[in-house]
Amino acid sequence: MANTQNPDMTPGLVNAYEPGEHPDWPAPSSVKGPVHWIKTNLFGSVTNTLLTLLTIYLLYKIIPAMVDWMFIDAAYTGTSRKDCEAQASGACWAFIGTRLQLFIYGFYPEAERWRVNLTAILLFVALAPVLYDNVPHRGKALIFTVLYPLIAGVLLVGGIFGLEYVATDQFGGLMLNVIIGVTGIAFSLPIGICLALGRQSHLPVLRIVCVAFIEFIRGVPLITLLFVAAVMLSYFVPPGTNFDLLVRMLIMVTLFASGYMAEVIRGGLQAIPKGQYEAADSMGLKYWQSMRLIILPQALKIAIPGIVNTFIALYKDTTLVIVIGRLDILGIGRSSLADSKWQGLSTEVYVFVAIFFFISCFLMSRYSLYLEKKLHTGH
Amino acid sequence: MAETQTAATAGAIGSSKGSGDIIEIHGMHKWYGDFHVLKDINLSVKAKERIVICGPSGSGKSTLIRCINRLEEHQKGDILVNGIELTNDLKNIDLIRREVGMVFQHFNLFPHLTVLENCTLGPIWVRQTPKKEAEAIAMEYLERVKIPEQALKFPGQLSGGQQQRVAIARSLCMSPKIMLFDEPTSALDPEMIKEVLDTMIELADTGMTMLCVTHEMGFAKTVADRVIFMDGGEIIEQNEPHSFFDNPQHERTQLFLSQILAH
Repeated sequence: MANTQNPDMTPGLVNAYEPGEHPDWPAPSSVKGPVHWIKTNLFGSVTNTLLTLLTIYLLYKIIPAMVDWMFIDAAYTGTSRKDCEAQASGACWAFIGTRLQLFIYGFYPEAERWRVNLTAILLFVALAPVLYDNVPHRGKALIFTVLYPLIAGVLLVGGIFGLEYVATDQFGGLMLNVIIGVTGIAFSLPIGICLALGRQSHLPVLRIVCVAFIEFIRGVPLITLLFVAAVMLSYFVPPGTNFDLLVRMLIMVTLFASGYMAEVIRGGLQAIPKGQYEAADSMGLKYWQSMRLIILPQALKIAIPGIVNTFIALYKDTTLVIVIGRLDILGIGRSSLADSKWQGLSTEVYVFVAIFFFISCFLMSRYSLYLEKKLHTGH
Repeated sequence: MAETQTAATAGAIGSSKGSGDIIEIHGMHKWYGDFHVLKDINLSVKAKERIVICGPSGSGKSTLIRCINRLEEHQKGDILVNGIELTNDLKNIDLIRREVGMVFQHFNLFPHLTVLENCTLGPIWVRQTPKKEAEAIAMEYLERVKIPEQALKFPGQLSGGQQQRVAIARSLCMSPKIMLFDEPTSALDPEMIKEVLDTMIELADTGMTMLCVTHEMGFAKTVADRVIFMDGGEIIEQNEPHSFFDNPQHERTQLFLSQILAH
């Protein structure tokens, strides 16, 4: 009963150790281990137990059916819906498979698709030094990152260096989502930072301009802005100016995200104690130095969840380009449904598009968690 | 206006005006909105002088020293620091700030930077010191405040007393001519006050010009050349510590001292 490791501490028993000599004992097994975890977290109370059982039941009903439809009972080959139905009663992935090129490249000329692939590979090269700070030769790599938008533009559109010209209305599918999403993400952050700082400025004109811009952007739906970009902008620019529709969309999506970004970053800025500004000032740092070295690193870190939230929303909003007649991955999917050979397979299309977006957004979300962990310095 | 401009420029290139004291404040007033916080402040501080400013809370003592490095703006009167006139001219403000170090009640270390980076930031960006050299200087000062082994930790991993000593080292890395202390021990646990005061006493022994807002009367007795008592935004009384504590002249000083020394 009285084991030597944990002597029984009944009242009245003389303390076996001198004051200050007491050793650290291991925690008793009743407060740790998997059994303890299951007991407290899954079956801690009557309600808890009922909810656990209900959840298990629902998962049991949903998951096997889903796996069945998606994988086990699915048809992967065939040239029409009839082929699929002859093989299996589940999903008809042959539909997606035969049109995969269209889903990825849109109407980009087949012979030139290597340019899209190269641009995508270079995107990862350009992103690496931004996302991870232990990349070798990071300084030089960042120069490439800065030049990347130009390189990507030349590669995709062409018309110089012997590359065949490809009009931007031939862009489509997944590549269109990525182009708009990455551009919006890359430019909305710096613009948002400037707007947030401008909104806090002591200069009244600058402040009013920033506030007006942010409030306007937040007060108008993105679809409206895209329509304005597509239809009305030609009234405002001098006649004869040919302003590519894709560029107009990129600008609108970027400005739209910047407005939201500015408010997210302002939230971060407001969380920085006044003492940080004072310490930076009292050292003699200039405004931009104290912003870049002291305030923004802390404010952006606080704002990471909100920033990534805005990025994800922007990325999903890229599907709205359908309203001005450009076919992104969702648009291609919907137009494919009109094919008489494949009619009625809308579930497959939407599931495919959903999986694509989920993977992209989940990666962004995971990266933001990694970043938060990395930047945590114990304060 | 033109006159002040000239004076400021002259100050900036080194030829000081006035008596040659390192800080000169003449007829300085400050308002927060309608509230008159500082009333007709006149104060001269000689180089290497160590001054303790005390007084009840809300008496304007913190505001006074925060005016010296322009964390607060004064509305009337003149402030000359190191011969440079403090005006709205950002160039003068920057020149003054690099000569004036400040230690805050809540340390205000930069939590996203290591202790070493906290110390090298000012020298590297304001004084354009090469990184290697700045790090050597920083280590020297961290040794002086007795925490060189914490150099690579983040401020959040240190105790309050250690953080405040880092804050002192950070200010010293800029090799300032003047150090301002704004209640440096008020946010500390009792057992940590001593280590910070010891650091400040050592600093005083090196001949640094110091202005300390503090309630540590023991510290005032040990190191101060002069103790200033403020109340209601005015300097009520100033004297060398012996006479100040043993023989306070003004009724309000007597009341204040009896309150803080009673227990």
